Parts: sequence; C-alpha cells; structure tokens
Amino acid sequence: MDYATLLQVLDTTVRLATPLLLACLAGLYSERAGIFDIGLEGKMLSAAMSAGAVAALTGSAWAGLLAGIGASMLFAALHGLAAITFRGNQLISGVALNFLASGLTVLIAQAMFKQGGRTPPLSGDARFNPVTLPGAEALRDVPLIGPLYYEVISGHSVLVYIAFLIVPFTWWVLFRTRFGLRLRAVGENPAAVDTAGVSVIGLRFAAVAITGILCGVAGAYMATALQAGFGREMTAGRGYIALAALIFAKWRPVAAMWACLLFGFFQALALRPDVVQSVVQMKVPVPLLDALPYILTVLVLAGFVGKAIPPRAGGQPYVKER
Amino acid sequence: MDRLPRWADLTLVPLVSLLFAAVISALVLLSIGQSPTEALKVMIDGALGSPYGWGYTLYYATSFIFTGLAVTVAFHAGLFNIGGEGQAQIGGLGVALVCLSLPWPHWTVALAAATAGAALFGAAWAAIPAYLQAKRGSHIVITTIMFNYIAAALMVYVLVDVLRPTGQMDPASARFPVGAQLPALNDIPGFSLIFQRPVPANITLLIALAMAVVVWALLWRTRLGYQIRAFGKSEAAAKYAGINPVRITIIAMLISGGLAGMMSINNVMGEAERLLQNSSEGAGFIGIAVALMGRNHPFGVVLAALLFGFLYQGGAELGLWTSIPIEMRIVVQGLVILFTGALDMMVRMILERLFALVRSAKAVRAA
Repeated sequence: MDYATLLQVLDTTVRLATPLLLACLAGLYSERAGIFDIGLEGKMLSAAMSAGAVAALTGSAWAGLLAGIGASMLFAALHGLAAITFRGNQLISGVALNFLASGLTVLIAQAMFKQGGRTPPLSGDARFNPVTLPGAEALRDVPLIGPLYYEVISGHSVLVYIAFLIVPFTWWVLFRTRFGLRLRAVGENPAAVDTAGVSVIGLRFAAVAITGILCGVAGAYMATALQAGFGREMTAGRGYIALAALIFAKWRPVAAMWACLLFGFFQALALRPDVVQSVVQMKVPVPLLDALPYILTVLVLAGFVGKAIPPRAGGQPYVKER
Repeated sequence: MDRLPRWADLTLVPLVSLLFAAVISALVLLSIGQSPTEALKVMIDGALGSPYGWGYTLYYATSFIFTGLAVTVAFHAGLFNIGGEGQAQIGGLGVALVCLSLPWPHWTVALAAATAGAALFGAAWAAIPAYLQAKRGSHIVITTIMFNYIAAALMVYVLVDVLRPTGQMDPASARFPVGAQLPALNDIPGFSLIFQRPVPANITLLIALAMAVVVWALLWRTRLGYQIRAFGKSEAAAKYAGINPVRITIIAMLISGGLAGMMSINNVMGEAERLLQNSSEGAGFIGIAVALMGRNHPFGVVLAALLFGFLYQGGAELGLWTSIPIEMRIVVQGLVILFTGALDMMVRMILERLFALVRSAKAVRAA
C-alpha cells in the first residue's frame, strides 16, 4: 500500500468515524448520568430521516440539521419518560424506540415523497459541503505532512470539525464544571446528589437531552453530509458500534475519540477490499470485510477492554425514599 | 397505594398496554393520511377471514412461539437475548445442511434430524456471547447484537459462495429432497377438513406448542428451571445458595439460542424448502415483543404469538391491498415493546388509581 492509498483510507476513516464519535459522545452523557441508552441507533435514524426530508424541502442543510436534532430530541424525551419518570427497563425502552424509528422513518418518508421510503437526493446548499482549511492549498506540496493535511485533515464538512471539537468540550464539561461533577455523581450515587439538594430527575433529563442533541447531529450528518439523502436503515448498526466504542473507551471522552477512529478505520477497510487483499496477500471474501467491524467489536469487548467498570448506578431507576 | 389484584395484574395490564399501542398505531395511520378502521378491516379479513388467512397467521405464530420462548428463557435468567434473529438464521443453516446431506427416506426421520441441527446451530451461535458474558463480563446485549450482524454477513457468504448450486443466479441453497418435505396442515388428517387449500402452516405448529409445554415444565418443574429463575431474580442470593453463575448463564443462553434456531424448521424446512437469504425475516426480534406481551410465561407467549401472527399476516395484506407500507408492522411491534416492556409502570399506575377510585366509592356507599 503506497502513501496516497493510505491517505485515502485515512480520509474515509475520518468521514466514517464522525457519526460514530457523535453517537458515542451522546451515549457518554447519558450513561455517565446512569441511563443506559441502546436507542442511539433509532435516534440517529429518525434524525437522518428528518434532516433529509427538511433539507430536501427547504434546500438548507442547516434547517435539516435543526429538524434532525428535533426528531432525535423527541425520541430522547420518550426514553426519558420511560426510563426516568416511569422507572421502566432502560434496555427494553431503547429496543422499542429503535423499532419505532425503523418503521416510522420509512412510513413518513414514503407518505411525504412516495420514493420507496427514501428522501429525494440532495445537492448544493441542501448538503453540508467540504470545507478547505486555511493553508491546505499552500502546504499541499510539502512532503509527507502537506498531503496529510490536505487529504485527511482538510476537506471535510463543518460537522466533522464540530464533532471533533466536542471531544475536548465534553472533557471540560464533565471534569471541570459543576454540572459535570453532578452529572457524574448522579451516575455513581444518585442518593448523595439528592441529599445535597440537587434534582436527580432534572440532571438525568438534562443528560438525556444532550444525548438527543448529539444523536441528532450524527443523524443529520449521515443524511446531509456523508450521503445525499435518507435511505431506509441507513445507520446500519452505527448506534451499536458507538456503544461498543463507549465501553472500549471506558466512558472517557478522549479515549472515545480514539475508539471511534479505530472503528471508523475498520469500516473504511471494509470499503476497500482491494487494499486489504494487497496487504494480506490473500483473497478475502467481501462479506467477511462487511462483518469485520462487528467481529472486531466483539474481540475488543472480549479481550482488550480489561476491566471496564460502568457508572455504578447505570441502568437503575432512582427511587426517592419516602 | 393499593396493589393491583392478581387477576388484574395478569390480564388487565397487558390488555391496557395493547390498547395504548393500538391507539397510537391508529394515530400514526391517521397522520399519514390513512384510515385506521379500513386498515383494521383489511387486516382482519386477510388474516382471520378465511382458513387460507388462518394458515398464514398460524404459520407466522409458529415462528414467533419459538423466538418468544427463546427470549423468555433468557429473561428468566436475567439475560436479555436480542440475538434471536442471528440464532434463527444460523439455525436455518443447520436445517439446510441436515436436509441436503442425505436423501431422506421419510419426513419423520428428516424432521428429527433437522430439529436437532437447528437447535444445535442456534445454540452454538448463542454460545460465544454467553461465554463472553459469563467469563469476560462483555455485555450480552451488545455482543448478541453484533452477532446478528455477523450472522447476516456469514449467511451472504455461505449462500453465495458455498451452498448455491452452480448455474443458479439467486443466492439460495438447492431445493431439499422430497423426503425432507414436511406435511402442511392441509396434508394432516383432521386439519385437512378445515384447510382445503395448501397453506404454509405445517406440522411444526404442533412442535412449537409442545415446546411451550416443555419450557413451562423446565422453568417451573425442574431443579435447573429453579436455578435459572433464582439466578435471574437475584444473582447474589443465587450464588449464596450454591448456584454457579457461569453455568446458569451459559445453559440458559444455549437453551435460548436452541429455541430461536428451532424456528427454522418452520420457515426453512416447512415453507421455503430451501435456504434463502434473511430467512427469519425479523421473527427473532418479534420474539422480544412476544415474550414481553406474554409476561414471560409460555402460555402467554403462545397467545402473544397468535396476536403477532395476526399482525404479521394482516400487515402483509396491508402492503398488498392498500398504500400503507409493510413497515407499519415494525411500528406496531415497537409500540407493543414500549408499552408492555418499558412503560408497564405507567400502565400499572393508571390502573392502580382506577382501582383505588372504585374501592373508595364502594367504601363510601357502605358507610
């Protein structure tokens, strides 16, 4: 594999890691506050459909983004209602919302556009188009670093840069602000937070709402940046891979970024069977490459995680003593 | 607050949950400009209006009994097996390998062997997530989901590159030999009086009902069943009582995977008579809704499977005769899981209020 091919694969890695990263950070807020969320997938899917539909109708990618966030927040609110208010099983609520999103997105897209459950193809301002970073053209001819900057770091949509900026921001919020301290406390020992006179319910709903926003951006990115429109089941398990990345990263923001880049790299490899075959010098069946991200997820969960200790109150509804 | 009487907890809670799901489904239909009453009429006509419709409803119900029982057994051990879909598809591979391996002399022999193959392959696919959960602490929900995707990719490979006969275009196995073809309900004396036209529901229905009894006996009449339920109720207490958590986790998942795999004798051997891509068609996921709706009891599972058989056949009729997309089935499925599984506390709170009102009204009258 030559340097140019490597750069191509890395470029794809960044593009594919972005939705994973956004969903992974979304899950981070929720799980740090003690609410399991396997409904990341459904939230992304509903956001992708809404973003695709509204972008197609208005011709504005930003309007699509807002619509995506709105749809995802609606699902997050339902999850909060079931998991926080009515103290239901958080895993089952997530599964239910995933099915709901899977069916509703096709139903609504079909009712609106009559194109077999897709939204119309987007172009121009209805998509988030690549941005060239300052100096990318000028530095292009510098050996090694120039092409790396030009190909891999520059030339993505603005949402990609937002996603990567949210990583340090999340670290700052969680570990350097009072809100973050309380958020983490409510995932470890909600009774202590309650005793201190802070609302457990309020904090958990805030966390679930942040999850909704970030999943909304992830879904909108899928439909208006990575691809040009919504297609049925277009998230293809990314919500679950993001969850695996979250566990792999032990619920830490910067580690989450590296984990998502790793899983994004696996997905990029699955798209380039020719590269994989030239590296391993063997014919590799394409289905194996398709399954690779999932197989590696299992391997990662099984072997290299070490002791991944989830937030202690994760998955348990909080009951105030009377 | 007063507790609900037992009969209300067992019957009213699922019925009211179902009512909520039905109302929201109707609202969904209205919002996409369709008539809910018209849709219900098409569904009832198509699924229950004729022996032919019943033949399909029972065919789907058969699959859902298996996958519902699979989820139920895992639930009792405190495990949430979302991998029924993958286990069912790999179970289908087991059925196909058995059926294609020999020129079977009679369907009874083939059925016994294929059932064993289906259960074995399904259980094997559940074994790795089970081991990882028991020994490495990797969460079973995530691993079984990953295994669904891996199973789907594996089946693409197997059907395109291994089992596909040379010269055939579509990715599917060869047809099974005549000796491996199961009698449909219209071939069975007694049933044939009702089902005069060929229907897909077949002898597997009886096996599914028998398995419901077996699972009931296993869970409530054997030492292993007691251990599974004790482990599911409280892991700490079960450990203290000398129950080995690794053993129970693995055994419960093997049984669960085996049951999910066994659904493939219904669709692969009984209906398609060859292995097709995506053979289980989402039945593994429906098992979750069926188990929740059936309150994790085999008898409830059979009833809930019938209901979902109706929804499935009715939903297919909707896709055929109306402009409502077939995905409406998935919406209903999600709503049923939401109300019976995640919002059951809400339903219970509403009912408790109602019962308290009735009681206080009675008390006032008595005074």
